[in-house]
Amino acid sequence: MEFELFNNLALGFGVAFTFQNLLYAFIGCLLGTLIGVLPGVGPVATIAMLLPATYALPPVAALIMLGGIYYGAQYGGSTTAILVNLPGESSSVVTVIDGYQMARKGRAGPALAAAGMGSFFAGCVGTLILAAFAAPLTEVAFKFGPAEYFSLMVLGLIGAVVLASGSLLKAVAMIILGLLLGLVGTDVNSGVARYSFDIPELTDGIGFIVIAMGVFGYGEIIANLSHPEDKREVFTSNITHIYPSKEDFKRMVPAVLRGTALGSMLGILPGGGALLSAFAAYSIEKKTKLKPGEVPFGQGNIRGVAAPEAANNAGAQTSFIPLLTLGIPPNPVMALMVGAMTIHNIQPGPQVMTSNPELFWGLIASMWIGNLMLIVLNLPLIGIWIKLLSVPYRWLFPAIVLFCAVGVYSTNNNTWDVWMVAMFGVIGYGFIKLGVEPAPLLLGLILGPMMEENLRRALLLSRGDWSVLVTRPLSAGLLAAALLLLIIVTLPSIKSKREEAFVED
Amino acid sequence: MRFIKSEKDFYSGLMFTIVGGAFAIGATTYNIGTGARMGPGYFPLLLGIILAALGALIMFQGLVSKAETGDKLGGMAWRPLFYIIGANVLFGILLGGLPKLGIPAMGLIAAIYGLTITASLAGDVFKLREVLILATILAVVSYGAFVKLLNLQFQVWPAFITG
Repeated sequence: MEFELFNNLALGFGVAFTFQNLLYAFIGCLLGTLIGVLPGVGPVATIAMLLPATYALPPVAALIMLGGIYYGAQYGGSTTAILVNLPGESSSVVTVIDGYQMARKGRAGPALAAAGMGSFFAGCVGTLILAAFAAPLTEVAFKFGPAEYFSLMVLGLIGAVVLASGSLLKAVAMIILGLLLGLVGTDVNSGVARYSFDIPELTDGIGFIVIAMGVFGYGEIIANLSHPEDKREVFTSNITHIYPSKEDFKRMVPAVLRGTALGSMLGILPGGGALLSAFAAYSIEKKTKLKPGEVPFGQGNIRGVAAPEAANNAGAQTSFIPLLTLGIPPNPVMALMVGAMTIHNIQPGPQVMTSNPELFWGLIASMWIGNLMLIVLNLPLIGIWIKLLSVPYRWLFPAIVLFCAVGVYSTNNNTWDVWMVAMFGVIGYGFIKLGVEPAPLLLGLILGPMMEENLRRALLLSRGDWSVLVTRPLSAGLLAAALLLLIIVTLPSIKSKREEAFVED
Repeated sequence: MRFIKSEKDFYSGLMFTIVGGAFAIGATTYNIGTGARMGPGYFPLLLGIILAALGALIMFQGLVSKAETGDKLGGMAWRPLFYIIGANVLFGILLGGLPKLGIPAMGLIAAIYGLTITASLAGDVFKLREVLILATILAVVSYGAFVKLLNLQFQVWPAFITG
């Protein structure tokens, strides 16, 4: 078993350590950070925007580059959070609390370094866990029938909802809306073109890139522009020393270890991952006793940066596990990865590991390389990212609109997608106005056809008997877990805690 | 006393109910089938009904919510909405043309200028010189990155020049 792990990793590193693939990993990290640093652009929008850049590449290189983009976007988001007090994505919401305070005290350098080093360590551990668990979990996956898959997706969707901020009911409704939108287009079983209104382009379904860019790209830009540009303090001038002091290191290390452990565990949960782990890690740090002379939390404690960032990154890494072994995306970013894989004719799932081992292990190895590159790239280049932050928004947003438009058009080289993204931009702005979070929609969109297909097969095998979902033990267990999750979050005491946690920003 | 306690809840619920209902009604035009033999209408009908019911529940929440402020929707940002979406649509028209209306394709470079100028109108500050410089930079960068480096297929110049 151990030997197998090393053999597999060796295979992976053999694939990843070619000049070409290293270059793509590097470019991915660079581009991801570049876009991710921009305020108001989260990882979902970044990946959607940069996805077209990978179309022309061979599948392995494309996935390696996308992985790089993802890590870059995450790291760029933390940089923005620390320096501008603006979380680019939900999981850096907690980093903002202490990170920004550190920046205000002239300690932006150590804060950024703590985030970077914490993320790197967590990324290494996460990659190892992923490599170790991938093979046995794939074995389990082969035992899954359609009923189990359906129940697993229900669990995943419920998990995603529980972790979303805001109203539970609205989040469930958004998932179902996403599932329905995912059904638009030709039904694979009957050949009927559903909800396509005799428009030939709609028979192929609504592209997830169109929805992601319209809702996450345009919708956000319009909402950003509707508030008058508030005076944001950017701490750019006083970054003199980057490296944390000895004292900082002493405090950081245990926090990073705790964050990593927590993040790795929570990341595996379907629907879990970055957001929950960052919140949990921060609250654990907050509960531990302050050493004499330590800065209190909320006023620039380095542990408040290191722990959530480590947890966040470990979770990001291990959230690849359900995707790669079961083919089920646990969060919107992974949903985009599924889309990217299908564009390159790879159907994510347990069969990838056996049918395409170079791709599977190469991707895992390049995750580690991506993490390494981030730390090599970002600490020395921090000056450039900071310059980017001082670019006024009025120059940035037309560029973002352009990249979205170009990206959408080049997906199919068709102006139809450009009209569609305009429509979803309006819809996305509507979502923001109505106070509904769009992330669950994207998950539903990807899972819609998969859920229908598995439900259809499960019911076909049971001759229409719905009880098959609860009489098969694995399936029943997964559904019970979903139910348990729902009950837990609706318990009054947890409910108020949850609301408190999401209001903390 | 206001009748709607939370506008955001009420109207989002309304949206879910209408959209869910529309999907469910649409599903009835396809073959529904039975559980054992699900037709193309089965799953969307099921989901549409659930969505409509959830929407009704959310609307109800909007009526009994304890939000003091009324959770108002607030004003619409018409200006950014119009110019951002307009910029995107103009980009599509300039890039690909509208054959049905006889509008010729003007190509990528013209589309970038059109998009940048229109989108910039969405902001509070609009300085034409600055915007033109930005558009030129974006055009050069896009040409280099998308056309030369990534080899994406674009019509770069207007159709009447390239023929």
